[in-house]
Amino acid sequence: MDVKETIFKSVFFAASILSAGITLFILGFMIVLALPILKQGLFFDMLTGPWAPDHGLFGLGPMIIGTICIALMALVISFPVSLGCSFFIGILNPRGLGKWLKKIIESMTAVPTVIYGFVGIFFLVPLVRELFLKGSGMCILSAAIMLSILISPTMILFFVQSFSMVPQNDLNAVDALGGNTAQKFFYVVLPHSWKGMLTGIILSFGRAMGDTLIALMISGNSVAFPGSVLDSARTLTAHIALIIAADFDSIEFKTIFLSSIFLYIMTSFGIIMSRFSFKKRKTINET
Amino acid sequence: MIIRNLTALLIFMIMLFFLVAGNCFAGELDRFKGEKQVLRISGGTAHIPVMKEAAKRIMTFNPDIRITIAGGGSGAGIKQVGEGLVDIGNSGRKATEAEINKYGLKMIKWAIDGVAAVVNPKNLVKTLTRQQLQDIFSGKIANWKELGGNDKPINVYTRDKASGTRSIFWKKALEKKDITSRANVVVSNGAMKTAVNNDPYSIGYVSVGFINDSVFAIVLDGVKPTMDSVKQGQYTVARGLYSNTKGDVKGLAKKFIDYLLGPEGQKIALEKGFIPVS
Repeated sequence: MDVKETIFKSVFFAASILSAGITLFILGFMIVLALPILKQGLFFDMLTGPWAPDHGLFGLGPMIIGTICIALMALVISFPVSLGCSFFIGILNPRGLGKWLKKIIESMTAVPTVIYGFVGIFFLVPLVRELFLKGSGMCILSAAIMLSILISPTMILFFVQSFSMVPQNDLNAVDALGGNTAQKFFYVVLPHSWKGMLTGIILSFGRAMGDTLIALMISGNSVAFPGSVLDSARTLTAHIALIIAADFDSIEFKTIFLSSIFLYIMTSFGIIMSRFSFKKRKTINET
Repeated sequence: MIIRNLTALLIFMIMLFFLVAGNCFAGELDRFKGEKQVLRISGGTAHIPVMKEAAKRIMTFNPDIRITIAGGGSGAGIKQVGEGLVDIGNSGRKATEAEINKYGLKMIKWAIDGVAAVVNPKNLVKTLTRQQLQDIFSGKIANWKELGGNDKPINVYTRDKASGTRSIFWKKALEKKDITSRANVVVSNGAMKTAVNNDPYSIGYVSVGFINDSVFAIVLDGVKPTMDSVKQGQYTVARGLYSNTKGDVKGLAKKFIDYLLGPEGQKIALEKGFIPVS
């Protein structure tokens, strides 16, 4: 029995080391490949500067801004919708309708992003163009709307999961005290489940930032600094996809590794921040 | 009984027809007899329609041959063939001196292609001068009104830097003038057509072989970009279509390229809107 246990333990330990190791290995790999650029001391120029390869400018500034704008906006659009939807599924659940809705949303996670991209090109882009009468419709707004649809299942499923952790007794107590739905939501459900919700938000933010195809197909990919949500913009991931065909020895190609590092840092930063806020909240609760 | 006989006769005749027809085609495909390899092709997106048709005919003739065709752009084609990832790397531009030296590339030109500025068919603007075109792409002219069109902002579409179509358009139509950084970037000739067809206020550029009713090819300096005008040299925004191999062409890759240069391959190129070289 003991032997068996040690075997199992070591297998699981090895698995976890492997998966954690790969993540770190990838970071190391990208840093090594980006070293030639980092050594030239161009790091900060590339962080903030404009992109104009014909004039020797290889800044990733517009792409970083584009990535953040599109991902944040997708989150902002997706969050209220997901919140309402998951509250409907998890708490209200009239006549067991929630169960069916949840099934539909689960199946939404299986839709390949290219399909969202096509719907975006042929439906959303012309709509946005004609509605706002500015630009080509290939813009931050279109990409963010499409991405918000992509990430909402992740968010909803996480929200529903954390809502289901709310003790039924507490919910019943609210009903018994004559509290209304809004009070139930704000004073019982949210305080109980915000941690799980935060995880869902972070994961879907990561997904919005990491998605390549939707941004590549409908955000327009221009390299100018975006001035409004109706401007065309390029994300880091789309940038990588667009210049991966460039000459391997060119500086353009090498900025791919830098782009990956930025993406990596940005997502890690988000995750670390959330962990940090967890801890902070905990200590406040304990004192 | 008579009906059955007739049916049998009909089937026999159909078979006979295919046998004869098959033999007619087989002349050129004969060289692929007994081959059993995989041929990997990648690179320029303008080449793809021709590559696909040639591959289809070859693989129908000899199902033991597998030909895979990927896009990626001219840069990717040259890089991948140089690194040995594919057998044939297509490019819509000549490989640079550095690329040839580094990889030991061999270039074969098998067709000529023109690149035309295209607008949405609904656009009232049908003709432009080179100067106007350059001003549009640099962002100096930003409204169709200035060119006699509707009062709508111009949406410029371009391709990524690895694109051979872009390279030829930038060199020969824009004369290396800047393309505005506000331009939307699409990933292939097909995507360009979709984008321009979808956006009534757009301007972009595609390979002449891709032009159909879905987009309108701008008459540039009085010359309409057509197969004939490219072939006769009147329309000057043109380029060769190249297939590159690492080192000397040999084996299945050689047979494939010979087929492209032969009468049937050249006919396919013509059917797909390119200008044959022989």
